[in-house]
Amino acid sequence: MSGVVRRALRSPAILIGGTLAGATLVATLVSLVWTPWPATAIDIAAKLQGPSAAHLLGTDPFGRDVLSMLMVGARTSVVVALVAVALGAGVGVPLGLAAAAIGGLIDDLISRLADFVFAFPVLLSAVMVTAVLGPGAVNAIIAIGLFNIPVFARVARAGALAIRQRDFIAAARLAGKGEAAIAYQHILPNIAALLVVQVTIQFALAILAEASLSYLGLGVQPPAPSWGKMLNDAQTYMFLQPWLAVFPGLAIALTVLGINLLGDGLSDLLDPQLRRAV
Amino acid sequence: MPAFLVRRLAGLIATLLGATVVVFVVLEILPGDPALVMLGVTADDATLAALRTEMGLDRPAVVRYLDWVAGLVTGDLGTSQTYGVPVAGLVGERIAVSLPLALIALTLAAALGIPLGVVAAANHGRPADAAVIGAAQIGVAMPNFWLAILLILLFAVELRWVPAGGFAGWEAGAGEALRSLALPAVALALPQAAILARVTRAAVLDQFGHDHIRTARAKGLSRTAALIGHAVPNALIPVVTILGLQFSFLIAGTIIIENVFYLPGLGRLVVQAIAQRDLIVLKTLVVLLAGAVVVVSFLVDLAYAGLDPRVRLAAAAPGGAA
Repeated sequence: MSGVVRRALRSPAILIGGTLAGATLVATLVSLVWTPWPATAIDIAAKLQGPSAAHLLGTDPFGRDVLSMLMVGARTSVVVALVAVALGAGVGVPLGLAAAAIGGLIDDLISRLADFVFAFPVLLSAVMVTAVLGPGAVNAIIAIGLFNIPVFARVARAGALAIRQRDFIAAARLAGKGEAAIAYQHILPNIAALLVVQVTIQFALAILAEASLSYLGLGVQPPAPSWGKMLNDAQTYMFLQPWLAVFPGLAIALTVLGINLLGDGLSDLLDPQLRRAV
Repeated sequence: MPAFLVRRLAGLIATLLGATVVVFVVLEILPGDPALVMLGVTADDATLAALRTEMGLDRPAVVRYLDWVAGLVTGDLGTSQTYGVPVAGLVGERIAVSLPLALIALTLAAALGIPLGVVAAANHGRPADAAVIGAAQIGVAMPNFWLAILLILLFAVELRWVPAGGFAGWEAGAGEALRSLALPAVALALPQAAILARVTRAAVLDQFGHDHIRTARAKGLSRTAALIGHAVPNALIPVVTILGLQFSFLIAGTIIIENVFYLPGLGRLVVQAIAQRDLIVLKTLVVLLAGAVVVVSFLVDLAYAGLDPRVRLAAAAPGGAA
């Protein structure tokens, strides 16, 4: 284990990616107990200021502190992405394992279902969910999570099919183990690295999707701050205060860049073969 | 080939029908009373009853569904609640903005991404490679709507080269119309170009390891000639697949980019239909956009089979997965 840690510390992708993604995580956690200013406190007298000592990243059209809003917005992004990816992996991985284990009609059915879900890009699913449930964070989670299910089902299925050819699976079967036990005890640990890398990819995409939805007003609703919504407001005021358009976008891009680099680094670290397989 | 074609065509039709069922159930059955959803709780009974009659809500759901699907085929898509005009006309008007936008963006992404990927692979491990990888990482991480806002700040607000938004209309001349599509197309294309550059680079590098390239080099072909003549054409097979997949992202992209630039396209119509709770427009639009994704992926499958005989053979074999 210490060998893995040592190699991780020598990987620039993991170091840079980990720092960037870690910064967002820290901002999220810190925002739970402290922000420089209350994130939703309106102070019209201080509106549309550029960066200053009092407001490090300036203020928005309502005089709210941009840094504080970004910190609370990070919470929204991280929570929506986390739950959506957990939903996708939680449903998708067992489906993929089942497809590989049972094969035949079930495998066909699950694969077709996956193809089908891909016909509805996240934004399109979100549009439908919003039409029924109204806009909100839960709607974003459902739309992003739904799209993640077939992604994880496919990766788990492909990984499982490759592992199932190995001798130790035949040995486990000879020892009398059932398909479910084999999937859980033998296949899952062997495709864990593959799944971890996929989690980082989907997590980055989920952050982008959440930002897009809240930009369109289909995600988290005001006054709760979110990065996408902040960019939407910034566009209205970009002639008066261009800074407003810079920081939320940077927050999204650096977080996604960090997670992507972390994913690249992890895939190199966990299994050199993996990079080609994914 | 015919067996392969029939199989794929059956799959296409099944998926399209499935999409109509899902959209119908989600947008017309799940809301309970679509008329109430559209008009809101403040609507009076007479107005509600009139809309219910207009939408045919007094008829069984199955009949309504079949009627709607028949309308999708014949082009009779009903009348928009908000605009009071036939949905077919509305869609036609908006496609004239969205389709050129998507095609320009796709062309731009391919024209930029594929050559950059080839250059990176040809200079594997050198600064040019590192530059392309770095730029692609940033391109993939940047949300397209943020890129769009930054482009507006630079080219419309600072330099005043192009309008900050809106659409001049094709009546104003192709030049004017294209000028209003320039920034949106670039904002849509750059993140896609980043993905294409990465895929192309990986595919070309993968080709370098194959025997046929080694043979070509052994026969005296220069590295560049082997690259252009043998590695790139073979590497294009996975690239075409990704190009098809990107269409789905492009559809999602137009929804958001058209809203950033206030372009009167299908994507903006979707978001407007949500805000106005115009379910009649919404269900047709969602099916059209999902249908476009499905049809393009079908065409890509065909192109893929055309390019690579192994795909056809695998599909023809019993139990083959295509």
